[in-house]
Amino acid sequence: MADLEDRQVVDPGIDESIAGLTPDRIERTINRVLTEETGARLQAYLQTCVHCGLCAEACQSYISRDKDPDYAPVAKVKDTLWEMVKRKGKVDGEFLHNAARIAYIDCGACRRCSMYCPFGIDISYMIMTVRRILNLLGVVPQYLQDTTNSHAATMNQMWVQQDDWIDTLMWQEEDARSELAGARIPLDREGAEIMYSVIGPEPKILAQLIANMAIIFKVAGADWTMPSTDGWDNSNMAMYSGDFETMGRVERLHWERASELRVKRVVMGECGHAYRGAVYDGPRWLGWTKPPIPMVHAVEYYYELISSGRIRIARKIEEPVTVQDPCNIVRGRGLHDKLRYVVNAICADFRDMDPRYEHNYCCQAGGGLINCGPPWKRSRMKSNRVKADQIRDTGAHTVITPCHNCHSGIEDIIGFYKLGCHVSFISELLVKTIEMPDA
Amino acid sequence: MYELIRGPLLWIGFIGFFGGLLYRFVTMARLAKRERVVLPTFSARFGLRSLAHWLVPFGGANMRRRPAYTLLSWAFHIGVLVTPLFVMGHAVLWQEAWGFRWWSLPAGLADAMSLVVVGVCLFFIVRRLIRPEVRNVSYPSDFVLALVVMAPFLTGFIAHRQWLPYEPMIIIHGLSGVLGLLVLPWTRLVHMMWFVFTRAFMGSEFGAVRHSRDW
Ligand code: SF4
Ligand code: SF4
Repeated sequence: MADLEDRQVVDPGIDESIAGLTPDRIERTINRVLTEETGARLQAYLQTCVHCGLCAEACQSYISRDKDPDYAPVAKVKDTLWEMVKRKGKVDGEFLHNAARIAYIDCGACRRCSMYCPFGIDISYMIMTVRRILNLLGVVPQYLQDTTNSHAATMNQMWVQQDDWIDTLMWQEEDARSELAGARIPLDREGAEIMYSVIGPEPKILAQLIANMAIIFKVAGADWTMPSTDGWDNSNMAMYSGDFETMGRVERLHWERASELRVKRVVMGECGHAYRGAVYDGPRWLGWTKPPIPMVHAVEYYYELISSGRIRIARKIEEPVTVQDPCNIVRGRGLHDKLRYVVNAICADFRDMDPRYEHNYCCQAGGGLINCGPPWKRSRMKSNRVKADQIRDTGAHTVITPCHNCHSGIEDIIGFYKLGCHVSFISELLVKTIEMPDA
Repeated sequence: MYELIRGPLLWIGFIGFFGGLLYRFVTMARLAKRERVVLPTFSARFGLRSLAHWLVPFGGANMRRRPAYTLLSWAFHIGVLVTPLFVMGHAVLWQEAWGFRWWSLPAGLADAMSLVVVGVCLFFIVRRLIRPEVRNVSYPSDFVLALVVMAPFLTGFIAHRQWLPYEPMIIIHGLSGVLGLLVLPWTRLVHMMWFVFTRAFMGSEFGAVRHSRDW
């Protein structure tokens, strides 16, 4: 039985929107998505699933909630998409309320279950199809919808205005220079080798990460630039709210900006969902098989710099650390070995989580979950007790999280379960450990 | 009656089975033309790599976590696929129909394999009833399908052992076999065909596109 407390959460984005729907609109929207926006892939999944429940133990929410059958991946599809198909779109408001909670809050679209289903059925894809339907009905958690609105209106996730953006970069350049003489944040330098892009929340709440990167680029002697105008934000919450039109606009602008700057590649900050949006979901929606310019995740870039000797590590972090494998760059890009190479290079006492690599549990914050905001925080925490256990078992003082969603999600978990450790991006450790040129 | 079953009815079964699968395949292929993600992603190498891991027992993490289930399910599927093709009684039918000799299983082994199929079907049914995560997603049709699969194996075994009068038993056996062939393409049993594609697609997604492993 789905959690009572969760079922009573009031979210105007869900409840008020449902109140304004007519049965006819619900039916038409569902059937439109089922016939026009989906095809063979969905049909094959619907026909193939043998209701065996083998996917259950893949999901952190199922495990964390004492194996409550309602949180098994297949149950999440049964209670949403299967019913919509079976009832030919004739579902009511109460059903949609439940479906919205399941699709937006209970599933992080992490695809772990696809590695546990014998047929490789993509539950996450089906949940995203449910989100697509709900989005077309206007039924989206309020906080998540706000970030999508921000993307649509400002082309970044956090309502950052143009002057704020440039101002922040200049301020971060100054900060970087106070650490390392000559550090710069070059804007709009056409023909540079690298365009560096970040997610909207960086200038808004974690600006020092940009200064960190300026220092790392300076030490590495990189030829890089950042765009001064829209397209600088590589994040994409529209991808998770189901507003694929806005998702496509955001991704297109990001790649257009990179093309205008004629860069050879785009290096991006430590974020997982942004990688997914820029490399997979965005290009596919736009009809491309891959991004027009190679996208390099920060972990890959750090690996390149350290393994080639372009940056050297002067001292190592002594306290015990562990690492959270972000779904979107590990299960989604196979960066786990490079990640460990980097972590071992800068930390003396690295302790792995179990399970790890592709089998690591999702942070229950990605997939748009944490962007659903405070009303749903307790639910996220209850759905990831297993992550708290995993971290506690390592005995680490620091959890390294090369992904913004993992970072915030694990910080929440550490607080909620009183684990007494803290989270860190790799760049924060790198600037403490690399050999500065004049040192 | 028996002649009717091993003659026309069996043909109806085969035609319905292959015709049904073909129909499903063609309609799916038509639908797949619109698919913008699956086809460009497909990679033979990574698709086969994933299939290999999932066809070999204990090739995937989830299979290693539940050894009993893995062995039972694997033996079951081998039994379902191999026994009907190679059991002695059927080999005789093939020979009469097409005039060629067919390899056949020793009678004892075929009996054992039938029993495995029957036993594992019962296991599936019981598991469906007692494991909450499975019961929660079980429909009446899931139980009926397990019985449909079980029936020809149970009746074939009983007929062979002549525990019950042979003639009626073999008739029921034939009927249930034909029924199984006819319903397969239209039910979840069609995973027999689709699993190759769903698994290969996930293998391609993980392997070719995302540089990771899906087992
Ligand atoms: S959260 Fe991950 S494991 Fe759980 S149902 Fe969603 S995709 Fe599957
Ligand atoms: S999704 Fe796969 S593992 Fe889960 S119930 Fe369906 S067939 Fe079984």
